[in-house]
Amino acid sequence: MAMKMVLRGNMATAYAAKLARVEVIPAYPITPSTLFPEKISEFVANGELKCQFIKCESEHSAMSACIGASATGARVATATSSQGLALMHEVVFIAAGLRLPIVMAIGNRALSAPINIWCDHQDTIAERDSGWLQFYAEKNQETLDLMLMAFKICEDHRVLLPGMVGMDAFVLTHTMECVDIPEQEEVDRFLPPYKPVYKLDVNNPMTFGAFSSPDNYMEFRYAVHMAMESAVKVIDEVFEEFEKKFGRNYQRVVPFMVEDAEVILVTIGSMTGTAREAVRLLRSKGKKVGLLKITTLRPFPKDLLKKYLKDAKVVVVLERNISLGFGGAVYPEIAAVFANAARRPKIYDFIIGLGGRDIVVEDIVKVYEIAMDALKAKKAEMVEWIGVRKDEIEVIK
Amino acid sequence: MKITIGATVTEAGSSVRNKTGGWRNMRPVTDLAKCKRCGICIIVCPDAVISMKTREEGPKTDYDYCKGCGICANECPFKAIEMQQEER
Ligand code: SF4
Ligand code: SF4
Repeated sequence: MAMKMVLRGNMATAYAAKLARVEVIPAYPITPSTLFPEKISEFVANGELKCQFIKCESEHSAMSACIGASATGARVATATSSQGLALMHEVVFIAAGLRLPIVMAIGNRALSAPINIWCDHQDTIAERDSGWLQFYAEKNQETLDLMLMAFKICEDHRVLLPGMVGMDAFVLTHTMECVDIPEQEEVDRFLPPYKPVYKLDVNNPMTFGAFSSPDNYMEFRYAVHMAMESAVKVIDEVFEEFEKKFGRNYQRVVPFMVEDAEVILVTIGSMTGTAREAVRLLRSKGKKVGLLKITTLRPFPKDLLKKYLKDAKVVVVLERNISLGFGGAVYPEIAAVFANAARRPKIYDFIIGLGGRDIVVEDIVKVYEIAMDALKAKKAEMVEWIGVRKDEIEVIK
Repeated sequence: MKITIGATVTEAGSSVRNKTGGWRNMRPVTDLAKCKRCGICIIVCPDAVISMKTREEGPKTDYDYCKGCGICANECPFKAIEMQQEER
């Protein structure tokens, strides 16, 4: 029987890496992801995990080592956060371009300046266009499950792309929750060893990271885009198989009380639990509110968003990120889903909980009320910051 | 051209098929009468395209790959190499 443990999110992803029999883990510690390499080094020292654990001198080096190791055909994982992910940025794109199915756990944390170690999705949102699949967990069980599934999805020959599993800094990385740890044999049956299409091999030399001229660069980029598109089907297949084998349901977009909803909230990550409470509260007052949680931001679940949102009057996007000079990053993507539709909901954007600011049920109720007022006033668009003390901000005129 | 997964080049040594000499604007022309066979040009050529089989033959430039950088001409102690405008 599977074992239950009380685990922090970071630890849960370390258990996932162990269950996945990861062969190489290059890492550089950064708050709030440090517990991952810490736990991995313990597994390796205890002989519980046979794996090359490489202590690197920076995150850029850690991702570079991941790329080299993955190119040899090994199963590779790492973890990072915030500035660490930003430092990796250059090689993050290379990992995707080289089609290496590296899996990385991210403690979603704010980017400097000012320096802040708390929950915020800006770090992974900034890597949105890199060609990595992006999964976001709501709770610790999901960090483990999504990490396990990410290997299977990313290593599928129809995909062959790296993937990141985001978990909210501290809310998930450091908070203890009961996590179901599957049996090793069950995981082995679910996740066979990685079979690369091409690999670095002294007996059969190949070139990885070759040069490409204007004459063929676009074809290579299109191939990555196509792999992203085919990942949609692979994700659905793997989610289905996972449910059959482990009994837990996953969807790229998870609906909650959306059937007759006039207002639908869209969330990512741990704020979903709070939003669900707010929806229950509003429903008890007769408000027709629903909720959609985005589990996979890349590939973007446009099919499911269209399906669930098309009959809503208002879509309320809650974002722990800000594309400065525009608004939240997910808002325009949802708007684009309806860009050419004859009938479309009003879509309002709310920036909330940046840098680890708590999101409570009352905040979400307030968001709902602002959105309803905007609807009455027939506002076409809106990007609103929740809870910002604008009067304290120094402005030089 | 086959657009391989990850732009992987699956065959070793295939870059010889990519004749880079077409990038050249200036062509190094060696005056074998001035050349003392010291071999410095062979060492300094960044593309390793100068070779010398025998003293009699002297240094030979492989124009399929010479990019016309002019380093050989600059370094030749006897000014035996002249960079000439490439005609195409
Ligand atoms: S011009 Fe440059 S590339 Fe050509 S032979 Fe001389 S040193 Fe080599
Ligand atoms: S450097 Fe000049 S002299 Fe020496 S081998 Fe080359 S061409 Fe001849």
